[in-house]
Parts: sequence; structure tokens; C-alpha cells
Amino acid sequence: MSDVIRLDVMKTYKLFVGGKFPRSESGRVYEVSDSKGQWLANAPLGTRKDTRDAVLAARAAVKGWAGTTAYNRGQVLYRVAEMLQGRREQFAAEVAAAEGLGAKKAAALVDQAIDRWVWYAGWTDKVAQIAGAANPVAGPYFNLSLPEPTGVVGIVAPQTGYGHSFLGLVSVIAPAIATGNTVVVAAAADAPLPALSLGEVLATSDVPGGVVNIISGRTADLAPTLASHQDVNALDLTGAIAAEGPGAAAVLEAAAADTLKRVLRPAVDPSAQDWTSAPGTDRLLSFLETKTVWHPMGQ
Amino acid sequence: MAKNKKTEAELPKSGPLFGYAPAPESPAAAGDIATSYGHFIGGQFVDSSGSEALKTVNPATEQVLAEFAQGTEEDVDRAVKAARKAFGDWSALPGSERAKYLYRIARIIQERSRELAVLESIDNGKPIKETRDFDLPMVAAWFFYYAGWADKLDYAGFGPNPRPVGVAAQVIPWNFPLMMLAWKIAPALATGNTVVLKPAETTPLTALRFAEICRQAGLPKGVVNIVTGDGRTGAALTAHPDVNKVAFTGSTNVGRSIARQLAGSRKKLSLELGGKAANIVFDDAPIDQAVEGIVNGIFFNQGHVCCAGSRLLVQESIQDELLEALKRRMATLRVGDPLDKNTDIGAINSAGQLARITELTAAGEAEGAERWSPACELPSAGYWFRPTLFTGVSQAHRIAQEEIFGPVLSVLTFRTPDEAVAKANNTPFGLSAGIWTEKGSRILWMADRLKAGVVWANTFNKFDPTSPFGGYKESGYGREGGRHGLEAYLDV
Repeated sequence: MSDVIRLDVMKTYKLFVGGKFPRSESGRVYEVSDSKGQWLANAPLGTRKDTRDAVLAARAAVKGWAGTTAYNRGQVLYRVAEMLQGRREQFAAEVAAAEGLGAKKAAALVDQAIDRWVWYAGWTDKVAQIAGAANPVAGPYFNLSLPEPTGVVGIVAPQTGYGHSFLGLVSVIAPAIATGNTVVVAAAADAPLPALSLGEVLATSDVPGGVVNIISGRTADLAPTLASHQDVNALDLTGAIAAEGPGAAAVLEAAAADTLKRVLRPAVDPSAQDWTSAPGTDRLLSFLETKTVWHPMGQ
Repeated sequence: MAKNKKTEAELPKSGPLFGYAPAPESPAAAGDIATSYGHFIGGQFVDSSGSEALKTVNPATEQVLAEFAQGTEEDVDRAVKAARKAFGDWSALPGSERAKYLYRIARIIQERSRELAVLESIDNGKPIKETRDFDLPMVAAWFFYYAGWADKLDYAGFGPNPRPVGVAAQVIPWNFPLMMLAWKIAPALATGNTVVLKPAETTPLTALRFAEICRQAGLPKGVVNIVTGDGRTGAALTAHPDVNKVAFTGSTNVGRSIARQLAGSRKKLSLELGGKAANIVFDDAPIDQAVEGIVNGIFFNQGHVCCAGSRLLVQESIQDELLEALKRRMATLRVGDPLDKNTDIGAINSAGQLARITELTAAGEAEGAERWSPACELPSAGYWFRPTLFTGVSQAHRIAQEEIFGPVLSVLTFRTPDEAVAKANNTPFGLSAGIWTEKGSRILWMADRLKAGVVWANTFNKFDPTSPFGGYKESGYGREGGRHGLEAYLDV
């Protein structure tokens, strides 16, 4: 009798588009390494076409997701936290590898990411009460302003800063979808594995397909497609850290101007961004439109 | 000014239904108009560094009212420097004191409202009825409203002690010259910013008169600076490296180019751009009220309104009845001398705008839509356009897609609420929309689905300083008015 060494079953990381897990249409992958340069996995090399497919899925999901009740969206976001709690160790290991952190620190970051879903789950049915208004106009009119989701938000996920690979990612996705937007995320190019795994969590959390779409690949391929796409309404450039070239924030912002997208610019120093700090409401309020409705009052 | 009187004598008689005696406002009430104007920088009227001068004409007579400076890059730089210099003290002033300056300005505007209303009418071509009863009351109200915010910003929902952005560059259009100035300057000053404002090149006079009001109010030098000129001056202003905030109201194309210009600059930007609003009338709507709303929606201010209800979507079953009533009403509209208190539709603001309206309406006919206007005489001098209705318009027609910015209404039909929503939203714009129906649940259902920043139900073209205004999609971003309007001028 000899001990048989059991091989681990390795995961094939795939994109997350329209609630499904396709490979890249390019049929290509790229190597993802840990902070010491050790190979971790092959990630799909997402393309412009993959990004456009994801925008289609995100657009198709807007009506249903924006139309669901705020209470229901809150329950779905809370469900994400529940699912994540059950896979805490997996994500801690992925974050540790992605950011070169010790197990304890990585686990703490995952815990915070779980808590961040809970934070935003609670906001879904309150945001209209802090962002809306009953306006006392000088006349016999009922006048109400309400926030509505902007629509499809393209997100260049954080690529630097402590906790960027997962806590940072959750910190940009959750507020956008909490208010009823759908998103297409260009995952951090060097640390895409926690993002691709998040897709698996979302798929089992009652998040409708297409609400969150996650593409891995080169930022300079994916981000310009999001910036110029006619059917993307807003652009979160948090992870646009390239100094120049097609993935640079200024270039993307200029491309977004053609369709007058709402643009959330990156931090002045993205690498100094600490994703563990309290999120506040800035991101929650970033991808909202204010609609004001007038109606006469009378007998 | 005597020449204006002559024009009044030449005014067309009213339409066939009513006869009105002329009720002219006196052009002299506009006060003295100088033969030439410089800029208002650092509390002084100063000459331009360049020699180019532009002329502003009375669009109802084509007579030159005054010359004014074409602002150069050097002028813009001087104005931005003055605003920068003033920013420290102004932003450090207690909010309660800033508020008092704004209250003073609001009061002086009320005192001088007749003068300003007449001057606005002469420079812009809009009827005195509108400048007197709409523009000027709104201007004063805007300053009064934002004055009150200046010492209450801690409670505005942006966290404790929100800070101003800095120097704001503000570029405004010609359709509501003084009101647009108020929409821009009042919130900027209340929040502690200093401003450089460029009025439109066809309507600089009320902004320059406002500069005098700033002096009367004792406003510290450099807090408000006014630089005149055309798009070149505007581009120099929005591109100036020491500007922290750009606010623009105007065309979507210029808005796009400003957004592109500012990419990577970290300047804060708010844009209020074009529109192609659907005014949707259901078969249960009270027809007479709807007709008034349609008329107000498209013929208010000669249709020079970004949120004008320029697409009438009428439920097929009442199309004939509604159009008949609408045509009857349109026949009573009085087109002519803006200074006549009975005038409903004044002059088109400029020859350029008249050419654009003419070109687009010709395209409407060429593409197969049917054109109708009531019979009305137009004055021989000046820029005029008859109130015009197009029926048989399809969604692909240019007159259904492009902003005409004139007194031209395109009529389309629908059968179901779903179809109305689809057609209403079938535009890259998203500024405003109108709904006419007696059914409350349908109003709310429609309001929820229309992609527009302002939805008027059983009313149209209502504005208020407490009520946020601004667009979805390519109608721009940011809101003006209300608590929401503070955000554009705070570092939040």
C-alpha cells in the first residue's frame, strides 16, 4: 500500500457576463502571478468584443434591476454578503496572493468587504430620502425631486491602494448597483482573480444576470471601449492609473465627453487610496440622476 | 430710441379674432445704453486689451444698440486673476455676511426690475410680458433663495463645513440672459466662490447692467467679473488653468467640446445642454388646458428654450380634435413688437438663429412633414418667425430629432402608453417632458419611465429656485436650483 498523492482540482477562471461564465471570445488567456512572481492561474484575456457583449448584457438588465423595489435590491445585496461569508477563506487566500499580504490581514480585508455589502444593502431604500427633496415652490404645485439610476456604468476597477483587489472592487461595484445601475467592470489587470471569483458569488446571490459583468484583461483594451461606448451612461475611472496611452484617465475622460458620460475621476494619488476607510455616501450618490416632477394642486 | 417708436408704428395689426390697441412699454425705461462697453473686472469697467469690438443689435429692429469688447485671452486672464485675488477674503467671509450681499443684490434687482425687463426685451427680442412677469421675478427669487443658503451650508447634506471650489468660469446663453446669470452667479457666490461670467455675444447688456448692481450692493471687487465676447472668449475662459470650476449652459455640441477640453484637468464641470422634449397628451386630457400647455411649452420665449416641448405626442384618437383646438389657439398668438405688452411672440434673437430655424423647417417640408402656420403679418425689419406646426412627422425626421430652438412644433402620434414612452425617450436628449392626462396612476407610471430631468404633469415650463433643473443623457449633467444646485459649487 502506498499513499496516493491527490492532485488539487484547479479552477478555470472565466469572465462573468450576463449571469454566465464565458471564456473570452479571443480564446486567449494571460498569466496571473502573485506578488513574488509565482504563477497563480491563467485569466481570460478579455477583448473589446467581450466588453461590448457585457455592455449589451448590462443594458438588458437595467429595466429589471432599476425597476425592482429598493427593499428587494437591499435583500439581494445582503444575500451577497451571506454568500461571501461562506467563502471567506477562499477569498482571503486569493487576496493574500494578489496583494502579497499575510493571511490575517487578507482575511480582515475580506471581512470588511462582506461588511461593505451589508452597508450598501441597507442604503438601497434610504438613498432616495437623503438625495430626494420635496421642493416648496412659490405656487400651487406639488414638486418632488427623486434620484434615479444613471443606467449602465463602466467601471475601471481599482488597481492600487491597500485592499484594492477585493475590498476596493466591492467598494466600487456595490454602491453603483445599490441604486439600481448595472455595471461592466474592467477588473484590475494584475489582480483579476478575486474579481472573477466574485462573479461566482454574485451568480448564486439572486443578483439578476447582467447586473454585474466582470471582464479581465488589459486595461488599455477594455477601458477605452467602456469610455467610448454609446450605450454606457457613466464611467468610474478609479483604476485608470496609467500615466499615458489609451488607458490613461485623461484620454478616457476625453473619449467619454463624446457621449457626455458622467465621469467619476480617479483619486489624485490612487496608490494612496485606503479602501479600509469608511465609504461614506460619495460613491452611492455618484451615479444618480435627479428627476423633478411638477403637478398642479387644485380642486 | 426714437427709432424704436417708429417700429412700433409699423407693427402688424392683430390676428382676425381680436383687435388690441398698442400698449407699448417705453424703451427709455431701459435706462442709458452706452455706445460702447468694456469688461467688468475687479470692480471696474475696463477696456479690452484688444481692439476688436462686437455689436449687439435689437433683433426686433436690427438697429445697433451698443458695441462691446471681444474679450481676449489677456482679458480673460486679467479677470481670472481678479477673481482669484478676491477668492480668499470672499470665501473666508462668514456665510451670514455673504448672504447679506446676495439679499442686497436681490432687492436692487427688484427695485430696478422695470429697467432690466425693458433692457432685456430690447437686447434679446423677447416680449416685455415675459421679461416683466417671468425673467425678472425669477432672477430676484434666485438670488433671494441662494442668499439664504450661504450661512446654512453645514446643513445642506454635504458634510460639515463644505468648501467652495474656487474660481468659477461661467458661460451662459442668450435665451434668458439675466436669468441664466442668476442661475449661475447666485449659487456660486452663496457657496463662497468667485466668478468670471461670459454672457452670450448677442445679449451682453443686462449682464453689464448687473455689474452696476454689484457695485451698488457694495460687493467686494473681483467677486463677480464679466468678460464679454463670442465663443473664442468662452473657450479661453473655460480653458484657463487657474479656473477650478466650469459651468456652461448652451448647445450640446459646445458642451461636448468643453467636456473634452477639460478631460484630465480636474476642473469641476456642470453642463445644461440641449433638449427635444416630448409633450404627451392622452385622450382623457382636458383639451383646453392641454392646448394652453402645448402653446406655453413651445411658443414661450419664441421657442428659444432648451426644455421646450418641441415634440407633441398626441394619442391618435384625439389627434383631430386637439390639432383643431391648437390651430385655433395659435391663430390668436400675437407676433410683433417685443415692447408691446400684448405681444405673445417677440423677435428671433439673431439672424443666425433665424437661419437655423429656417433651414430646419425647410428640411421638415423636404422630408415630407406637413407645415402649417396661422396667417399673421410680420414686421418688415427685424428677425421674425411665424409660430409653426408640423404634422405627419416621423421619428426619423430631422425636425423630430434635432433641437430647432424656435417656435416650431413637431406633432407625432401614439396609441398606447408604452408607445408614448418609447417615442418620448427616442432621443439622445433628456432634459424635460410633459404629460397631460386626468389619470393619476398613469401620470406616475409615465413620470417613472420618462428619461428626463424635469417632468411636468398637467403643466409645462414651470421653474422655481427651490426646484432642481437639469438633464439626463446628452442634455448634460449637474442640477441648478434647490439644495441640489449647491453641489456644483462645493468641493464635494
